[in-house]
Amino acid sequence: MALLQIAEPGMGANPHQHRLAVGIDLGTTNSLVATVRSGLSVVLNDEAGRALLPSVVRYVAEGAHEVGYPAQALQSKDPHNTVVSVKRFMGRGLKDIANAGETPYRFVDALGMVQLRTVAGVKSPVEISAEILRELRGRAEQALDGDLVGAVITVPAYFDDAQRQATKDAARLAGLNILRLLNEPTAAAVAYGLDNGSEGVFAVYDLGGGTFDISILRLQRGVFEVLATNGDSALGGDDFDQRIFCWILEQAKLPPLGPHDSRLLLTKAREAKEALTEHPQANITAMLTSGAALDLTLDGKIFAEITQGLVNKTLQPTRKALRDAGLSVEDVKGVVMVGGATRMPHIQRAVAEFFHTEPLNNLDPDKVVALGAAIQANVLAGNRGGDDWLLLDVIPLSLGIETMGGLVEKIVPRNSTIPVGRAQEFTTFKDGQTAMGFHVVQGERELVSDCRSLARFELRGIPPMVAGAARIRVTFQVDADGLLNVMAREKSTGTETSVVVKPSYGLSDDEVTAMLQDSQNHAHDDMTARALRENLVEAERLLEATLSALAEDGEQLLTPEERAAIDAHIEALRGVLPRNDAQEIRQAMDALNRETEFFAARRMDANVRNVLTGHRLTELEEN
Amino acid sequence: MAITLTESAAQHVKNYIGKRGKGVGLRLGVRTSGCSGLAYTLEFADEMNAEDSHFESHGVTVVIDPKSLVYLDGTELDYVREGLNEGFKFHNPNVAEQCGCGESFKV
Repeated sequence: MALLQIAEPGMGANPHQHRLAVGIDLGTTNSLVATVRSGLSVVLNDEAGRALLPSVVRYVAEGAHEVGYPAQALQSKDPHNTVVSVKRFMGRGLKDIANAGETPYRFVDALGMVQLRTVAGVKSPVEISAEILRELRGRAEQALDGDLVGAVITVPAYFDDAQRQATKDAARLAGLNILRLLNEPTAAAVAYGLDNGSEGVFAVYDLGGGTFDISILRLQRGVFEVLATNGDSALGGDDFDQRIFCWILEQAKLPPLGPHDSRLLLTKAREAKEALTEHPQANITAMLTSGAALDLTLDGKIFAEITQGLVNKTLQPTRKALRDAGLSVEDVKGVVMVGGATRMPHIQRAVAEFFHTEPLNNLDPDKVVALGAAIQANVLAGNRGGDDWLLLDVIPLSLGIETMGGLVEKIVPRNSTIPVGRAQEFTTFKDGQTAMGFHVVQGERELVSDCRSLARFELRGIPPMVAGAARIRVTFQVDADGLLNVMAREKSTGTETSVVVKPSYGLSDDEVTAMLQDSQNHAHDDMTARALRENLVEAERLLEATLSALAEDGEQLLTPEERAAIDAHIEALRGVLPRNDAQEIRQAMDALNRETEFFAARRMDANVRNVLTGHRLTELEEN
Repeated sequence: MAITLTESAAQHVKNYIGKRGKGVGLRLGVRTSGCSGLAYTLEFADEMNAEDSHFESHGVTVVIDPKSLVYLDGTELDYVREGLNEGFKFHNPNVAEQCGCGESFKV
């Protein structure tokens, strides 16, 4: 029998038509699924009441596998077939994985994305992630007693297009309809309701088990813009355990330990760390295999001292992210804490001290991302009234097209909210031109060579016309997940061609930041360069037009002296082109234009004469 | 007669309304749809209309329109857990037959 949830006034669903939607935090170490029940975002637990699903998949044999705790338990016994932290391989080639040699996996380098050889065959990170998602989907469908209409899945803010696409593919493979991919820091901010009414800059401090991420977000008119991200992919709560472990060895003056004792003491270290969140001190007692007994007391003060270096390691990237965003600590209105490791009191203190403000920490930092994703999923599934906000993301860099002279025409400017569609008309450069090449680029600079190339395609079958007469409409569409579709259409014939841009490797966040800074540093150079290129293109067009007019009518309409004068100006213009001086080119063009004015007038007269000759006035009027 | 909530249902409703930050109570109703003719509706109530009846139960105000009340009078609303699922359940004495899903009924 179905159990009912309380709906918003007037939003109750008909029987069997509940719009069940979930938010999924697909994490490196752990994953979670959450939903909105009776207006409240809650994490869905498994049968044993556990919220977290370890992001671990173990392949047993062809077609068989385990996910979560059972897989994690056998990780050290069956390392080749037990995949942990698969998120690090999503959308990555073998050469992108820095420490491939240190992992126990048998990698197979494949086109676009690395694959792993297991006892059940070769598996891609997409397939492995899909197993985790399928497990969460099953849990959700059991808990909600129905089929899901869709899910919002969170990804790190720095995930590029390839990694985002891989995540979408994994969801599709798991039978989930993706409502939206959402940036993790944005989801955390949503969980705290920062999107309701507050505007300003927020920092999201995310210290997980093995990774640290800091994101600076700006919220304005319901749009979250990621201003900067930074972090350390090899820093997390586990490092704090390690420090306590080393402290134990030092204090007890222990010789190097065997694997059993090491594991035991690491567990004790983690327990002590967790105990210090609630208590001023923690007892560490253990019986080693040598028979030696261990009995130590660690207090919060010593713990803070021995891990001060780790805390500082999180503040360096934080400082850097602020600098990249061009902001100071005073600009930050609030700080959101994410990740289990942020429970440590001295982390809380350090963050509060750094930002001069108490961080937001009343939601469970392990669950906050999933909770925010569920809230967003609930809105996207249509369970809220029409006056409710819809969260928007923005594109990080402008998207444009190459025009003559290697210049970039920006079609979708940076920070446009997505989804977005923009169109612009282009025309042919030469008489009788029947094909046109398009080069899609990303970046803020004025010259194509300084931007990043995304795709090239060609539109053929343009009917031959004089230069400038064809109308080619180029449409850019960016969907809600940031994927770009470019279409070119010749308007008179309807001939069209399009390309979906799915770059195999996108930009890392550092690269985005670098490109943005580049564009600011080179703003003046870029302006000069653009002026030069524009003049060069115009000069060539002028030369082309003048030469073709001379070829047609030069004999009949010009005296040899006049012809010589025009030729001299043509040569003068050609002569200044290689000097790459916008000013000089402009002057030479103006001179040539002046010199050809009378020629143009004569051509006009001659044309009119030709048209009129042999016709009566009445005939012309009829036309 | 009246509409009542179990202690557990009332606790959950109070929690949800508190977190939601607004609302005068809980609105129960029926509408004609579903596989057995009538279906329950369960919504937050932001306002009370002149013709509505209302009941107090364990500190929660239950609002119901007069047309729905004839089908629901004597109903007790419970909050239950079934496996991983949890939610509200209607114990309605007026029901003659019920669809297997429990969301719709006939009187």
